[in-house]
Formats: sequence, C-alpha cells, structure tokens
Amino acid sequence: MFKKRYGEQHITYRELFKKGDIGMKLSFIIMGAANFANKQILKGCIFLAVEIGFFAWFIQNGIHALAMLQTLGTKKQGLHYDTNLGIDVLQKGDNSMLLLLFGIAAILLCIVMISMYIINLRSARHIYETKAAGEPVATLKQDLSSLVNERFHITLMTVPLLGVLFFTILPLLYMISIAFTNYDHVHLPPKNLFTWVGFSNFGNVITGDMASTFFPVLSWTLIWAVFATITCFFFGVILALLINTKGIKLKKMWRTIFVITIAVPQFVSLLVMHNLLNDAGPINAMLKNWGVISTSIPFLSDPTLAKFSIIMVNMWIGIPTTMLISTGIIQNLDQEQIEAAEMDGANKFQIFKSITFPQILFVMMPSLIQQFIGNINNFNVIFLLTGGGPSNSNYYGAGSTDLLVTWLYNLTVNTMDYNLASVIGILIFILSAVFSLWAYTHTNSYKEG
Amino acid sequence: MEAKTTNYRAKKRNTRFLVYAILIIMSIIWLFPIVWIVLTSFRAEGGAFVPYIMPKSFTLSNYTKLLSDSTGNFPFVRWFINTFVVATFSCLLSTFITIAMAYSLSRLRFKMRRPFLKIALVLNMFPGFMSMIAVYYILKALDLTQSLVALVLIYSAGAALGFYVAKGFFDTIPMALDESAMIDGANKWQIFTKITLPLSKPIIVYTALMAFMGPWMDFIFAKIIMGDDVKDYTVAIGLYSMMTKTTANSLFMSFTAGCVLIAIPITLLFIYMQKYYVEGITSGSVK
Repeated sequence: MFKKRYGEQHITYRELFKKGDIGMKLSFIIMGAANFANKQILKGCIFLAVEIGFFAWFIQNGIHALAMLQTLGTKKQGLHYDTNLGIDVLQKGDNSMLLLLFGIAAILLCIVMISMYIINLRSARHIYETKAAGEPVATLKQDLSSLVNERFHITLMTVPLLGVLFFTILPLLYMISIAFTNYDHVHLPPKNLFTWVGFSNFGNVITGDMASTFFPVLSWTLIWAVFATITCFFFGVILALLINTKGIKLKKMWRTIFVITIAVPQFVSLLVMHNLLNDAGPINAMLKNWGVISTSIPFLSDPTLAKFSIIMVNMWIGIPTTMLISTGIIQNLDQEQIEAAEMDGANKFQIFKSITFPQILFVMMPSLIQQFIGNINNFNVIFLLTGGGPSNSNYYGAGSTDLLVTWLYNLTVNTMDYNLASVIGILIFILSAVFSLWAYTHTNSYKEG
Repeated sequence: MEAKTTNYRAKKRNTRFLVYAILIIMSIIWLFPIVWIVLTSFRAEGGAFVPYIMPKSFTLSNYTKLLSDSTGNFPFVRWFINTFVVATFSCLLSTFITIAMAYSLSRLRFKMRRPFLKIALVLNMFPGFMSMIAVYYILKALDLTQSLVALVLIYSAGAALGFYVAKGFFDTIPMALDESAMIDGANKWQIFTKITLPLSKPIIVYTALMAFMGPWMDFIFAKIIMGDDVKDYTVAIGLYSMMTKTTANSLFMSFTAGCVLIAIPITLLFIYMQKYYVEGITSGSVK
C-alpha cells in the first residue's frame, strides 16, 4: 500500500526538466532555485547553503582527500636531499591512516550531498505537481507542521542517524578498509606509509602464518559460547524452579540474594573473582591451611583448568539473569496441566523434562540466541578474569583462553597489527551473521525486531 | 490409604528440605565473593592476599585513604563526580535517542523503514571494539579526546542502534489508540507525547536505567579516550588503573573500598528497578 503511493504517481526527473518552469530547470544546477521561485525562502536558503558549503569544502579539501585514497600517501617521513639548499632536510610525510580516514569521510559527505541533491529535486517536483493539480504551494507554516505529522520520522530520526553515520558507519568502513591494507606494526604512520594489499590478510589468517592461532582461538570461542550459554540457561531455569517450588518461604528474599550479583558491576565482581582464584589468593591459601591441598590449584594459570574456571565463573554471573527472566515465565505456566500430569503419576523429573522445560525453552529462544552471540563477543569475562592468559607460545598475540574479540583487542592495543585485527573483526561479523541468519530461518519464535 | 498419605507428606517435606539445602548452599556460593570484598575493604592488616576470610582487625582507614586521595594519583571523589556527570548526560541523551528511534521504527511508516531495520541488524553484528581506534581518531579530529564530552557522545551515539527492546515494547501498544486520537484531530507529535509516552513508562525507565549504568561499568572505550589524563577518568577506569602490577598489592584494600562505594548505589538502583528490567528484556522477545 505504501509502496504504491511512493512509486507510481510521480513524473520522472527527465520530464520535470523538460516541462518545468525556469526555476525548476535551474534547480538541476542551483539547488533550491525552485523553492526561491515559489516563495519557500527558508527551504531555498538551506538547499543553497548546503550546495555552496559542499563545493567550498570539495575544492579546498575534498578533491585532495579523494585523490589520496588511491595511494594512501607517497611521501615518506624522513630526511630528503634538498637540491636548493644542498643538504638533507626533514620532510613531513603523508599520514596514511589520516588520509584513509578523511578519504572515507569525504566519500560519506559526497553521499550526503547526493541525497541532499535528490531531496532538492524531489522538492522541485513536488512544487511542480501541486501546481499542476492547481493547489497552492505549501507555505513555511505548512512545511513545519508536516514535520510533526506525515514527516514526523524525519524530526525524530535525523539527529540519531547523524550520530550513527559518524560514530558507527564511518569507523566501521574505516576498519573494514584497514583489512585490505598492510597497516601492521612495521607500517605504522606517521613514520611509515601503508598501502592497499587486497585479500592477502585474509589469506594470511585462514591459510598462512596466522592460521595456527586463528583456528584454535576460533574453536575455543565456539566451545566457550556453547557451554556458557547452555550452562547459564539450564541452571538458571533450575534455580528459578527451585525458588518457585510450592511451600518454599521467603521467595522474594532468595531472588534478591541472586539479583545482587547481577547488579554488582561486572568489572568489580570479575576482578574480585580474579583475585579469589589467584594462585596466591585466599581460596588456595585457605585450602592449604586446612590441609586439603599442598600446592596451589592453578585455577587460572593452567590452560585447561583456566577454561573450566572461566565457564564456572560465568555461571556465577549468568545464572541469576536467566533465573530472573524465567521466573516470570514459570509463574505463568499452566498449573492445571502440571497437576494433571502429577495425577497420572509423572514424577518431578518427567514433568520438568516434558512440560516445564520445553515451554520455557520456546519462550526464551530469542534471548538465548542473543546470549549466544553475546557470548561470542564476551569481552569482559575473559579480559578481566584471565586477561587471555596463561600465555601460549604457539599463538601470535593471544593466550590460551583468548576469544576472538580479546585477540582482536590485543592485536590493536598491544601488537599494533591493525590489519589482522580488522580481518578478525570481519570474520567475527560473518560468524554472528551466519548464526543469526540460521536462527532466523530455523526457529519459529524468532521474529524480526 | 492412610499410610500412603503420610508417605506422600513425608516425601513432600523431604523435597522441601532438599530445596532449602540447595538454595542455602547456592546463596553461600553467590554471596561469598561479595561478602569477601566487603570484609576486605574494612581489613586493617596485610596486603592483597591473606590466607583467611575474617579480618583480624577492622578499620575505616581504607575508605578515608581512598576519599582523601593521599597518594595524589587516584582522585576517587573526582572520578565519582566525572562518572555521575557523564552518566546523567548520556542517560538523558540516549534515552531520548533510543525512544525516538524505537518509536519511529515501530509506529511511523516511511519508505526507508524496512531497509533501515535490516541495516541496523547488520551494523549491530560487528564487534564494537573493531572500530574503537577509528572512533578515537574521529574524536581527535574534533579535538574532543580526553574530555568528558567525548564520553557522553560515544555512549549516546551507540544508543541509536540499541532500539530493539524499546521497539518491541512499542509494537505491543495497540494501533487503534493512535487511530482514534488521529480521528480526534491530534497530530503525530501529540500522539507521541500525550498517548504513547505515558503508556511506556516501564520501557523508558528500563532504557534510562541501562544508559545510566553503562558509564559506571565501561572501562575499555573510556580508557582509550582518556589515555593518561587521570583527573578525567571515570570510576571504572580509575579503579581498574589501581590494579596494575605495581600498585595492586599496596592499593588492594582501597580498591575494594572503592568497589563497595560504587556497587552500593548501583545495586540499590537495580533492585528497585528489577521489575522494569525483566519487563524490558522479555517485552522485546515475547510476542
């Protein structure tokens, strides 16, 4: 219904150019001309200002920014022989990183400009059509009132979308581009230049030197995500059922005890856990005092045990959340069905397995999928608990418990291999996208939005 | 028959007993780290690690040391004010942004709506850390790094794509309400402010709460933007910076004191708001 209204009624821009009056024809070169000709002064001024501003910027900076995008700079910083002076002088080199960033920003600005141009033409066409229909052209007052009516979405969304454009899309395009350059620790601007290298970074990660780090880290990421999601969900539901058992008193108090742990900021609780489980930490010390063990249990310093500890600690964090969410669902379960099953002689476990659990699972499927993707990207738990350690000499820039995201973080902050980090980021994106797509098509309780 | 009933009753009592036992054991496990951190913050003796739980002697000096900033490098009170300011502003901005986006995408109909929903879904799948370096340079180009404004900008800009939960909520408000208001001559703005918003208190509270709590917990983005500008740190990076290898042992108890100080208000806020939290999470998914 809406498509029709947008698509069919309008004349093409070619027709507009042929049939329109002089103001409309001028609109194709001077933005806002049609608006001026029809007394929409403010609108015309805005269009004109945008055009003048854009071209001033484009001639001053834009052309240069776009041109430099091809090579990402050619002048290297350093001493160069100056023939006039006859000595070496320090030359200020190109900064590939800034050139790339400004280049992409320039492309985005051009796109914004093109869409403004189209809006200008559309405005001219609208004037033409209202005139052709014999109606008066909209005044400023009518235009403003349409901003709280049929064009209300423009009022509400313009500012947020500008934020998205400059703080999400621009950085993202920049980092995606980095994946196709050789911006690593030997090509750091401003001292050195980097340039386009095509797909070789992807080759490096999947089949080259980095494969021996990438695949083990990937498999641990997947194992972690599966176990972290399932354990938290399963035990969270059981905890909720325990608290909701008939005859248990002080339900609210029990719930609050567990809710406290959600509320404590994660970096506090995780750093505390990190200290508690330290080789010299209180848990090991106490166990030694009691004579249970003679040497410290390497909770976080043995590669295998560390993975186990991480999943355990994650249960400490995640179970209360599931408990809180599933409590509502459990309270709404059909009690008669459960009573009927009890009459028929089903025991508690059978009721749980065949009635309660499937219903909860169905309702919670979307949030489970979100949790799974969240766990693939679970930075906090790994970073604060083990910092990726214990270190693993077979890996490049990653420890035994590093997930792909924490490896990405290490690659940008510690080893400065931005190109590899970007490749990892893109691969994480593909992983989440494929999984969401699969979930989207294979589960019936998962709907758009 | 008589024997069977008593048997049944006894069985029920046993299960109840078992459930209590499990709940008590679990509560101990869950509360142990929290109790430990509170006890440690009052401990007078020792460094980071001592081989017992109960402190031998109690003191408030960890708190006074933290609040008076005796070393000069860890101005906790300043950090607390910074975080509060950032949290307040980004809470106001992001709540407005999230609600505006969610409302537009849920209730208004325009050509780019469906494509935009798909684009947002895709954008959300990229890991946020990937772009943090680029964000840093953009802010540097705007000459905003090492300032609290930058933090507010970052936290609020992210809000535009976090509209799914709120959109799910708006979807559940019947369209008929809007239509009848429209017949009475209300414009979209009036429908938004006079009808939809008053009905959306839970989701607004949830969004605001989440936005307010974010700055108290984030330490990665904040650290990258603030660098070594210690006086503009937020609480999270400040406390995290106290735990570097050289200072961890001497400052551990002040660190725990700081943790207790920020955990108390957030925990109270959260317990008070937990009803909204659950509604917020489930309203997004349950149709």
